[in-house]
Amino acid sequence: MSDRIENAGLALHGVGVVLGGQQIIEDISFDVKPGEVVGLIGANGAGKSTAVRAALNLVKLVSGHVAVDGVDTASLNLKERAKLMSYVPQGTPVHWPLVAERLVALGRTPHLGPWDKISNAEQGIVKAAMVETDTWHLRGRIATTLSGGETARLMLARTIAVGAPYMLADEPTAALDPYHRLQVMDIMRAQAKAGTGILIVLHDLSFAQNYCDKLVLLHKGKILDQGDTRQVLSDKNLMDAFQIRVSRWNDGNTDYLMPSTGVTPASEVS
Amino acid sequence: MIKGMRLSQLYLVIALLIVLICVGLVSATFGQAPLSIAQVLEGLSGPNDSGLSIIIRELRLPRIILGMFVGAALGFSGAALQGLLRNPLAEPGVIGVTASASLGAVVAIYFGLTAFSTYAVPVFSMLGALLATMVVLAVAARDASVLTLILTGIGLSSLATALISLVMNFAPNPMSLRDMVLWMLGSLENRTTDDLSLAVPFIILGWLLMIGVGQGLNALALGEDAATTLGVNLKRLRWRIIAGTALSVGAAVSVCGGIGFVGLVVPHIVRFFVGSEPRHILLPSAIAGAILLTLADIITRLSFGNGQLQLGVVTAFIGAPVFLVIVYKTREAMR
Repeated sequence: MSDRIENAGLALHGVGVVLGGQQIIEDISFDVKPGEVVGLIGANGAGKSTAVRAALNLVKLVSGHVAVDGVDTASLNLKERAKLMSYVPQGTPVHWPLVAERLVALGRTPHLGPWDKISNAEQGIVKAAMVETDTWHLRGRIATTLSGGETARLMLARTIAVGAPYMLADEPTAALDPYHRLQVMDIMRAQAKAGTGILIVLHDLSFAQNYCDKLVLLHKGKILDQGDTRQVLSDKNLMDAFQIRVSRWNDGNTDYLMPSTGVTPASEVS
Repeated sequence: MIKGMRLSQLYLVIALLIVLICVGLVSATFGQAPLSIAQVLEGLSGPNDSGLSIIIRELRLPRIILGMFVGAALGFSGAALQGLLRNPLAEPGVIGVTASASLGAVVAIYFGLTAFSTYAVPVFSMLGALLATMVVLAVAARDASVLTLILTGIGLSSLATALISLVMNFAPNPMSLRDMVLWMLGSLENRTTDDLSLAVPFIILGWLLMIGVGQGLNALALGEDAATTLGVNLKRLRWRIIAGTALSVGAAVSVCGGIGFVGLVVPHIVRFFVGSEPRHILLPSAIAGAILLTLADIITRLSFGNGQLQLGVVTAFIGAPVFLVIVYKTREAMR
């Protein structure tokens, strides 16, 4: 990896994906720098999850490429890629009643040989990830018996335990109550502060506004706008991408956006 | 030791091995002439040419060792497949190998090939298993989902079962029909070193393919995408477990007939002791499978009035109630 460029970030260059004969995303280009939280927003079916999966090489790209710090990820093997990018899939189920601490330890998999056991140093990383996500007290519990909020934090801990410089999260706040959503977003911010580059799929526009450094707005598989959060969350963009009008207010230090009216686009009125 | 793991894996493996040896010794006391444990030990350690050592080493030991290998093949494959398919109901039969191997055997009996060679049934049975495996592997190679794999296996099993019914329907005479039914119920009766040398190399080859799959299976508990992003090559993992199961279970079934429930039940028994991590149940499941089959073989040789009790019947009778008890006890965690 001689052509590695320090701090170049995770970058998608003109990425396109076709699934089942249908172009799901097309010509997607954006990047995530170290220490940055980038929000990926858009209506249902806009291609957010596919864009994240494409960034991880989980789907075949029909065009473009993904680079991490200047290195094309397609040229890396699975383990090398796993050490660079960690992933929180949407609504991850746990298939076996695993002990919580062992589940988090699975995050260390890319760093282990086929016969290696978790060493003391590895164990320290696992504990740190659990402390950070406020799950250490759950370490002896069976993962399948935990609540939704506890499971979501456990999955975050598992992802943090990978120790990758980039983290991609697909709707980590879905199905969580307001308190746990805030908690998850605070954990994400703390990770970014420690230098991790984060790409996060979000539905909540206020979270997108307040927690992200930058936004990428997808519409029908293409990028409608990207950049500064206020710029991307303009009335026009929200109308075009979501067909909504929003109410905005500010309590002194935080901006809030509340969808107020759904508008049927003119083209669908006959 | 982490809370929730009730026994460390090493202790369990040692304990299981001790139980296996004891069960094996007890099994050696059964036969035409009942022997005592002391006589069995004498036969094992005594001079080569004594009558006792010939009975033990040449008649009883091959049967016992074969049973242990077959049980271990079924137990290990069951544990690996349950991990791969992330389904506690998976067993070696779900990839269609068992039914297809049975079809091969039934066809060999139908055409009376047993008259030409004692190898006819096992060889045809292996061919049946091979054919089914090639279909499943072809499906798996096209990046199929777990559900597609299971459905392909069920489809193959149903097809093989239909063909078995057809062959039985047209069985040339009652004797061959009887042979087919008995073969499908499974047995270790009269198995010799020939059967041992036919099956064991394939069983071991299958195990070699599956060595080191534990880590990938553990990561797979988080789903296929998560496992891939943890560096696990799913295509290779699938290929190794399907091919490994086909080799070891195909070989086991070909010499012993259809033996149900071992591959399904044994991993659940082991989970009860070491928890649910797929990696931790592989080796103990192999040893526990060997114990269960040896125990079942002892029961077939206890006298039950008229007729011989078949091995597959006994494993089902031990397996099903144990399975129900375990399902009931772990119902909270298995959701």
